[in-house]
Amino acid sequence: MKSLEDLKVLREKLQADIRVRENDGTKIIIGMGTCGIAAGAREVMTAVLDELAVRKLKNVQVQQTGCIGMCEKEVLLDVVRPGEPRITYGNVKPTDVKRIIADHVINGHIIEDLVIGKMDGGEI
Amino acid sequence: MKEISLHILDLMQNSIEAGASWILLEVNENEDGFLTFSITDNGRGMSETMLKKIRDPFVTTRFTRKVGMGVSFVEMTTKQSGGNLIVKSKLGEGTFLKASYLREHLDRPPLGDIVNTIKVFLVTNLKLHFVMHYYVGKAKFTFDSKNVKKFLGENIDFSYPEVYSWLDEYLRQEINEVRKAGGQK
Repeated sequence: MKSLEDLKVLREKLQADIRVRENDGTKIIIGMGTCGIAAGAREVMTAVLDELAVRKLKNVQVQQTGCIGMCEKEVLLDVVRPGEPRITYGNVKPTDVKRIIADHVINGHIIEDLVIGKMDGGEI
Repeated sequence: MKEISLHILDLMQNSIEAGASWILLEVNENEDGFLTFSITDNGRGMSETMLKKIRDPFVTTRFTRKVGMGVSFVEMTTKQSGGNLIVKSKLGEGTFLKASYLREHLDRPPLGDIVNTIKVFLVTNLKLHFVMHYYVGKAKFTFDSKNVKKFLGENIDFSYPEVYSWLDEYLRQEINEVRKAGGQK
């Protein structure tokens, strides 16, 4: 049984993580407009959250964005690593998520066959 | 949209884009034979003119990005299953929206994974004050993100894997309890 009381324990446990998280700029951004959601963005995001939890990746920020006008390529998922260009992946399926996280988010290797865009500057 | 829960996610995103800092979601799996949900927010709201247009997908998508195809989709699925969509809004105050579906209608989309909707939504909207009343008939469960904050403290939020894993399990458990209490399996 889970209860709100569990959160007190988590609060203590997580104090040590707080500083670690503030020092990184790794982000995963998922398109969550109507088009994205209809194409399966919620399932892709769930897969991302599950994978981050399993791998205990604490420094990755997960964000959402609205429709950016490439509805036919949804689900769109962007990866930003500190100091590197922002990479946009298109037609992302939940089954692609493990690969994106292992190869790109962790190891920095862009998955060329899924890429549909690259934006320099990284900062959003 | 395959699930009512996806409509809920989509409409709550509209609230965020309208600048809401507070959202109340009410779901009732059985409100006198209807499956209903409503979303109330304190976003910027809509004018009378805009309110009349939001059901038209072609006018609205080009008019503004704040409300688009989403509302017309919801209205379509409610009407296909013997229900309706009510939208009330006041500029500067917020928006209220309630969708009803005849529970036993063959064309009613399944509610789907409501917990996933809430989890994904909260992880990406960390500053939001989110309140949910979940009913099955008269049985009720209330979730308030402020209560969670009270236990977690100010510097820890839903973006921590341990916290969203907890959220997932906690919501599934509590919603199942309400279903039992409300006579649904």
